[in-house]
Amino acid sequence: MLIRYLGKRIFFMLISLFLIVTATFFIMKAVPGGPFTSEKNVPEEIKAALEAKYKLDLPLHEQYFEYLKGVITWDLGPSFTEKSSTVNEMISRGFPVSAHLGAQALLLAIFGGIILGVIAALKHNKWQDYSAMVIAVLGLSVPGFILASFYQYFFAIQWGLLPIAKWEGFEYTILPSLALSASPMAFIARLTRSNMIEVLGQDYIKTAKAKGLHTFTITVKHAIRNALLPVITYLGPLIANILTGAFVIERIFGVPGLGREFVLSITNRDYTVIMGTTVFYSIILVVMILIVDIAYTLIDPRIKLADAGRE
Amino acid sequence: MQHLTKEHFEPISVDLRQAEEIKRPSLSFWADVWRRLKMNKVAMASLIFIVALIVCAVVIPMVSSNDYFTTDLAGKNKKPSAEHWFGTDDLGRDMFVRIWYGARISLEVGLAAAFIDLIIGVIWGGIAGFYGGKVDEIMMRIADILFAIPYLLVVILLMVVLSPGVGTIIIALTITGWIGMARIVRGQILQLKSQEFVLAARSLGADSGRLIFKHLIPNALGPIIVTLSLTVPTAIFAESFLSFIGLGVAAPVASWGTMSSEGLPAMKYYPWRLMFPAVFISVTILAFNLFGDGLRDAVDPRLRK
Repeated sequence: MLIRYLGKRIFFMLISLFLIVTATFFIMKAVPGGPFTSEKNVPEEIKAALEAKYKLDLPLHEQYFEYLKGVITWDLGPSFTEKSSTVNEMISRGFPVSAHLGAQALLLAIFGGIILGVIAALKHNKWQDYSAMVIAVLGLSVPGFILASFYQYFFAIQWGLLPIAKWEGFEYTILPSLALSASPMAFIARLTRSNMIEVLGQDYIKTAKAKGLHTFTITVKHAIRNALLPVITYLGPLIANILTGAFVIERIFGVPGLGREFVLSITNRDYTVIMGTTVFYSIILVVMILIVDIAYTLIDPRIKLADAGRE
Repeated sequence: MQHLTKEHFEPISVDLRQAEEIKRPSLSFWADVWRRLKMNKVAMASLIFIVALIVCAVVIPMVSSNDYFTTDLAGKNKKPSAEHWFGTDDLGRDMFVRIWYGARISLEVGLAAAFIDLIIGVIWGGIAGFYGGKVDEIMMRIADILFAIPYLLVVILLMVVLSPGVGTIIIALTITGWIGMARIVRGQILQLKSQEFVLAARSLGADSGRLIFKHLIPNALGPIIVTLSLTVPTAIFAESFLSFIGLGVAAPVASWGTMSSEGLPAMKYYPWRLMFPAVFISVTILAFNLFGDGLRDAVDPRLRK
């Protein structure tokens, strides 16, 4: 059962990835004008040599097969604007930084969100609940890039507590991580709160209370475990959220990560980099969502495999 | 103490017809929703804010003596004053008017994207849910595969290729945006289609199209409208995000995202250039979110926790 389920999921994952690669390729090819039209007065021979280097002299379908082959062998080609480096190099340069920032934000979002949500549920309809939910609604409504600039303005410019930008040590990671984790943290807090309230109303919690267990034991040992299951399903979209959120956060804080590289490649219209990073991001996301779904079915035996990941 | 006489124990006349009479006006579903919504102060305040925002976005650019494109290099980066309520930007353009033009763009994008999502989602989800079986399997698979592609990546890719503009943003946002709505509609239709009123309509000769759009969809309107109201802030957010990374509307038109993006480098010396658009984006998304939450509670009070 598990094998069949896995096979099916991986099959659909591959279809999704194939579609993404194909769509990215043809969308990029649909852009009017070649990448070298902006370069003035290039002699014909140089132009031909350039086109040969980037395989632009081949017919479209051959370019497409070349590209597919490149993706499968993980060779994403050279960059158009940074003539010296390849897309692979850019990814291996930028991704560790992005992964570091992302992991920090992820941990912050998960723990912060769960703590806020549990406190709100335990103090249901008291001031702690209301303030936690005000924080959550604000976190969901204020876009990350605005939060980031406000952090910069107050923590770095006005109060001078933390460095404003760059990536040179732990204190440089604090503000970007905070800004990046705000909206997922808010979402997790709301999810945890409503699940906790539901779980706390169930009979087995009453039984535990009647047995005379301490509130702390009940919360930690009995309630949180069940309340957290739906939070796990959210982890897939959460990772997506953090990856795409990093595009702007890295730009604002001058973090040399893949997200900033991606935004730069958009501004420079560096098509191979745009294609390569999009494919890379998609692979990470689709694989992450698959892992989360599998983990979910393993953790909660009540979920039937066939229904996992859908409602 | 009052003296009780025999008359006090006379039975009062009972008019059965009167007992059956309906004293209060019967509430339709939407009247009931409105009654519950009115009790929710936060949601009502958000609604008032949204209406005010729409009115201002329409009226202020029409009546204002300033416009959004006239540059005045002598009066650039001015602080908020009586003449320029929100100050001026680095080309001396009046921020107050630009904010309201930005509001037009944000609202246009938000409302149009939500509306298109609604149409595609309702048709797609309605057909998939109603026919079930193979049709459902294939249609929802397509939706699943599209859904697996990260939303913002698709939007960014499309924006790179298409020429910038409000229409392009709306197309890019709706190309995968309708899937959430389709899923909601499908779930509702699956629940509703085995109920008796559908059988009754069918036995009276209603065809499938009529069943879906005249009988099933109207009964699923509650969750549809809630989803719709929560799509608007998502679209507004996505638009400002795109404008912020430089993929938004083209100059001299400015959306709130572009204005924040332009204000960011000048934050240290001219904080109002960032502050006004930032506050407007945040408060608008907040109001739409709070209104959507309130609407959800009003449509289905069981969901309130």
